[in-house]
Amino acid sequence: MNAIDVERLSVRVGRKALLDDVSFAVTSGETIAIIGPNGAGKSTLLRALSGEIAPSDGTVRLRGRAPQAWHPRELALRRAVLSQHVTVTFPFTVAEVVRMGAGERRGAAVDIMAEAALAAVDLAGFEPRIINTLSGGEQQRVHFARVMLQLACGEETHGPGILLLDEPTASLDLRHQLDLVSVAKQCAARGTTTIAIVHDLNLAALLAKRVIVLDRGRLAADGAPTATITDDTLARVFAVSSAVGRLPEPATPFVLPHHAEKHSA
Amino acid sequence: MSGMSDALPAHLQAPPTLRLRALVAGPLLFPLLLLLLLLMAITATAVGAAGIPIERLPAALGLAHPIDAAMTERDRLVLLSVRLPRIAVAVIIGALLASSGAIMQGLFRNPLADPALVGVSSGGALAAAATIVIGDRLTAQTLPFAILPLAAFAGSLMTTALLQRLATHGRTTSIAVFLLAGLAIAALAGAGIGLLVFVADDRQLRDITFWMLGSLGGATWEKAALIAPFLAALFAAIPFIGRGLDVLVLGESEAFHMGVAVERLKRIAIVLIVAMTGAAVAFAGVVGFVGIVVPHLLRLVIGPGHRRLLPASALFGATLLLAADTAARTIAAPAEMPIGVLTALFGAPFFLVLLLRQRGLAGL
Repeated sequence: MNAIDVERLSVRVGRKALLDDVSFAVTSGETIAIIGPNGAGKSTLLRALSGEIAPSDGTVRLRGRAPQAWHPRELALRRAVLSQHVTVTFPFTVAEVVRMGAGERRGAAVDIMAEAALAAVDLAGFEPRIINTLSGGEQQRVHFARVMLQLACGEETHGPGILLLDEPTASLDLRHQLDLVSVAKQCAARGTTTIAIVHDLNLAALLAKRVIVLDRGRLAADGAPTATITDDTLARVFAVSSAVGRLPEPATPFVLPHHAEKHSA
Repeated sequence: MSGMSDALPAHLQAPPTLRLRALVAGPLLFPLLLLLLLLMAITATAVGAAGIPIERLPAALGLAHPIDAAMTERDRLVLLSVRLPRIAVAVIIGALLASSGAIMQGLFRNPLADPALVGVSSGGALAAAATIVIGDRLTAQTLPFAILPLAAFAGSLMTTALLQRLATHGRTTSIAVFLLAGLAIAALAGAGIGLLVFVADDRQLRDITFWMLGSLGGATWEKAALIAPFLAALFAAIPFIGRGLDVLVLGESEAFHMGVAVERLKRIAIVLIVAMTGAAVAFAGVVGFVGIVVPHLLRLVIGPGHRRLLPASALFGATLLLAADTAARTIAAPAEMPIGVLTALFGAPFFLVLLLRQRGLAGL
C-alpha cells in the first residue's frame, strides 16, 4: 500500500483555487521535496495531506484512508507535522514542549527518546530553558525535536510513519540545515516517508531523490532533481533566468543565481 | 536528577534557594497549598462580628470537652449556621473563579483572559439586575431571593451560547472572534445594567449593587451544596482536558497534529467555564481578578502545565477568596465591604505590577 495517494485534489476558498487537480502517489519510505514560488499552493498541499483541511474535490489518502476518517489521536500515531511558525505564549520549558510530542505517554522510554531527539537537533542540555527565551532558529529546532519524538513514539507501535515538514530549514544556519537533512535521511533509512516544502533549491536537491514542482496550484513537474530543477523550470515557474549547474556522483543539480535579471516570459 | 547533581562539580549545582523552589513547585506543592487553605480557614472561623477565639474552637467543634457550656453552645451555633457555611461558599467560589480563569487563559492562549472580561459574568449580573427591576414591576411584589441565582446562571449561560453562535462558522469556533465579541457583549451588558440602575428604586438599587460588586453575605449550607457539584465537575474533567490545553498553547493546528480533537476540547472547556462562572456569579455576583491573578502567580512558581495548574489554581483561589472575604467582613465591621471591590482594589494594582515586570519576558 502506498503511504500517500493524492488523486485529482482541488482545494478552493470561495472561487479561488489554491490547488487545482493535483495527483501523485508516494510509496512508503520515499523522501520528496516540494518546491515552487510563493503562493503556488505548497502549504495548502501540506495542510491537505496532514488532514487539517478537507479537499474541495478529489481525494487524499494516508495509508489508504482519508485523514478525516482517522481519529486525530490515531492519525497522530501515523503522521507528524512540523509547521513553519509556532509561537508558545506560556513559559513552557524546552523539555515540556518536546514531551508534548509523546502524547499521554510517560516514563523512562519517553525520557530517553526525548533526550535523543534534543541531541539530534544539537540542543542537549537545553531541557530546563524557557522556550520563548531561545532564538528563532533554536525554537524551530525544539519543535523539530518534538515532531521527531512524536514520529518515534508512533513508529514504535504502528510501523514507519509519515513526516510532513513545512520549510523546516527556514530560520536555521547552514550547519543546522545540513544536520536536519541528515536527520531526515536517517528517518528515511528506517522507512519513514518524508514530504518537505523547501525554498532552497540546492537543499531540495540534497534532501530528496524526488522533487515535486508546484506552480499556481498545479503540478508543474514531478521527478528526479536532475529532471525537475532545470533551466526550463527556473524560467517557467520561478521567472528567473539562470543556468543550472550539475555536481557529479550522484548527479545533483545546483543553482547559483549570478544576476538578478528578471526572466522575460 | 539527584544522580546528575552528584556528578556535577559544586559550582555547577543548583543553589539551595533554587532547590527549595524546585521542592515547593514539585512534590510539596499540594501539601503546602492545602496547609495554607487550612490555616486561612481557621483564621476565618476565629475572626468576625461574633468571633470564636482559637482556644474555644476545639470545644465548639466537639473535639474537646466544653469548659463553659453556654458559651460553647453559642459558639457552636455561630460556627455551624454562620461561619462554616460562609467559609465553604467562599472556598468553592474562589476555586471556581480561579480555575475557570486558568481554563479560559489556556483556551485563548492569553494570560489576560478572564470570564469577567468576555461578558460571561456581566451577562449573569445583567440577568439578575433585570429580574430585580422588571420582575418587581410585573408582579408588583418583591420576588423570592432564590430566583435571582437562577436568573444569573441563566444569564451567563445565554451570554455564552450567544458568543458561541457568533464565533462559530461551520464547525469551527474562532477563539479570536469569541474574545472580541465577548468584549462587546460585556460593554453591552454594562450599559444594560446602567439603564436598570437608572430606573431602579432604592431597595432594588441595593440588590443590584450586590450583583455588581459581589458579596458572600447570606451564605448557607444549601448554597454550598448547590455549587459544590461544579467544582467536582472541574476535577473530573482535568485528566481529559489537561494535556489538550497544554498542547493548544502551541496553536490549534499543532494541537490537531499532535492528536488532540480540538473542536471537542474547545466545547468541553467552554461548557466548563460557563458552568463554573455561572455558578459563582449566581451566588456571589461579579468578583473580578481572582481568575487572572491566581493562575498568573502560580505559573511563575510551577510553570504553565494545566494538569497541575488547574487543581493548584482551585486550591489557591479558594485560599485567596477566603482571605478577601474575611477581610471584607472585618475591615468595616459590623458593616460588610463588597468583596468584588476588595479583590479589584488589591488585584488590579498587583496585576499591573506583574504585567510590567513580565512585559519583557512574555512579549506582551
